[in-house]
Amino acid sequence: MSAIASAEQRPLRSTSQTQRGRVTQLGVLRSEWTKLWSLRSTRWSLLAAFVSMAGLGPLIAAVQMGRWLQMSPGDRLTYDSINIGVGGYHLAQLAIGVLGVLVISGEYSTGMIRSSLMAAPTRLPVLLAKIVVFAAVTFTLMLIASLISFFAVQAIVTQHHVQHAIGDPGALRTVIGTSLYMTGLGVLCVGLGALLRNTAGGITAFVALLFVLPGISAILPSSLDHSISKYLPLNAGTTVATHQFDNPYHLGVWGGFALFCGYALLAVALGAVTLLRRDA
Amino acid sequence: MIEIEHVTKRYGEKVAVDDLSFSVKPGIVTGFLGPNGAGKSTTMRVILGLDRPNSGRATVNGKAYRDLPAPLHEIGALLEARAIHTGRSAYNHLLAMAQTHGIGRRRVDEVIELVGLTDVARKRAGGFSLGMGQRLGIASALLGDPATLILDEPANGLDPEGIRWIRNLLKGLAAEGRTVFLSSHLMAEMAQTAEHLIVIGRGRLIADTTVAEVVSQASHGASVMVRTPGAGELREALLGDGVRITSVERDLLEVSGLTSAEVGAVAARRGIVLHELVPQMASLEQAFMRLTGDSVEYHTELLAGEQLETVGEAA
Ligand SMILES: Nc1ncnc2c1ncn2[C@@H]1O[C@H](COP(=O)(O)OP(=O)(O)OP(=O)(O)O)[C@@H](O)[C@H]1O
Ligand SMILES: [Mg+2]
Repeated sequence: MSAIASAEQRPLRSTSQTQRGRVTQLGVLRSEWTKLWSLRSTRWSLLAAFVSMAGLGPLIAAVQMGRWLQMSPGDRLTYDSINIGVGGYHLAQLAIGVLGVLVISGEYSTGMIRSSLMAAPTRLPVLLAKIVVFAAVTFTLMLIASLISFFAVQAIVTQHHVQHAIGDPGALRTVIGTSLYMTGLGVLCVGLGALLRNTAGGITAFVALLFVLPGISAILPSSLDHSISKYLPLNAGTTVATHQFDNPYHLGVWGGFALFCGYALLAVALGAVTLLRRDA
Repeated sequence: MIEIEHVTKRYGEKVAVDDLSFSVKPGIVTGFLGPNGAGKSTTMRVILGLDRPNSGRATVNGKAYRDLPAPLHEIGALLEARAIHTGRSAYNHLLAMAQTHGIGRRRVDEVIELVGLTDVARKRAGGFSLGMGQRLGIASALLGDPATLILDEPANGLDPEGIRWIRNLLKGLAAEGRTVFLSSHLMAEMAQTAEHLIVIGRGRLIADTTVAEVVSQASHGASVMVRTPGAGELREALLGDGVRITSVERDLLEVSGLTSAEVGAVAARRGIVLHELVPQMASLEQAFMRLTGDSVEYHTELLAGEQLETVGEAA
């Protein structure tokens, strides 16, 4: 490391003439934006989410069209190309949830959180900036991917004349609703990460809350299941990402999503309290 | 100016810092010394608002760290544990830190060059050696060009070249009139850089003193080693009030109570040939051990003849 020796005699003072600013929420937002995109793992996760969201629907549609004649008349009659159009969320939500946890748990596991909190010692601006940046990125990417998926699916299913236009009732709502659900999920998972401060714990909590709870509910007596399951995070959250429901046990489209946002806010609030209270 | 007032920090049952009060004076290098587990790093984390004390308070320039409007401009810190995401490049790490305060990219490039990381600035910090990690930590500390620096064992894990670099850096910082608060367990290292010393043990203040004071105390009761073929004759010539002489070997004497100059003068008067005349400063490490002797948290059983090597581990 011969380059190092030459660095010794330099003045340490800043030669930049810029005036000394203070920490601002905007500055912390910029910082979080840089942090999000400067990790390879983040870029891969976002790419995985995008590709799943954009590609899974068309893939399923293509398979279904190939087997169209083998499908039962009932299935053909109720075929919902809008639901298939946003079907990619079933896969993409995993990537978004895991990344949401990692956005903050990754800082705890590496010690980066200490640098972050030394730069913004009031702490809450860090959490807020993480949420805003991650939510904005998730919403934008998922909206673009859902639109791609939607139009690709409609083009594919035209061969059997079951396509929908984006102007059809509920179509645009479902596409935008899918991005909203994914965004809410991302925020929920950032909250879980802040609460549990640990990647394994955060991901376990995310998977348990979203996917294990409905499984447990399903093995309960069905009357109980029917009254409970609609309030579970996954079922409440995906109302807004669903065009036609395959059973009557669900909340209203926006009511369900509002409840889901409530869960996300609760996770964020608990995460915020943890961030403020505990030693870094 | 950093002030610690009656800070107590417990982790469960464990009292890491116990009613500690001291202040770090502006414009000089203050060493923060104590054996392993004494509470140095904890105290520093409390100052930086990372750990909340159970009681008492720590202030930087009169304010709690949390209330500083632009902390990176007021105080820069190098923590003991790494505080960098392993997946991010050095450049992006520093850029993200800089953006919180609206510090420009030019300063980011500047600190990277300053610590000699230009060639690897775009590489993942996870692949950095211990020494490169320390350099990156120092770059973060200098980013906001703060007048005060807190460095927790900056020489940790550095090779001799790196230690020399740190030493020069600290001298440079001191020459610029910055306040430096520096922890270490190496007294010798401290004596070279620090002016003032805060010594703690088991979370309590043991000494708040100057390096000069400790050095003079250490040399008090020091001895002189003399190698001479006329050991017997010299011994008789030197004996007197307050002088103690031990024969270490047949031709080697350890003389205490006289300076080497005095011993040399006596030998010259008597025409005694000297082969060696070596003043034995009671080492700073010994002084440190004496200061902290009662408060060492983790005693090591030393086998007979085994030597405590403190400087050797850096090589
Ligand atoms: N986060 C923590 N949780 C529990 N105990 C802790 C924590 N941090 C420190 N301690 C305990 O507090 C005491 C003081 O630790 P600290 O790291 O401050 O000492 P130190 O003086 O920096 O030691 P060293 O010279 O080894 O770095 C130790 O007994 C340590 O085990
Ligand atoms: Mg320490």
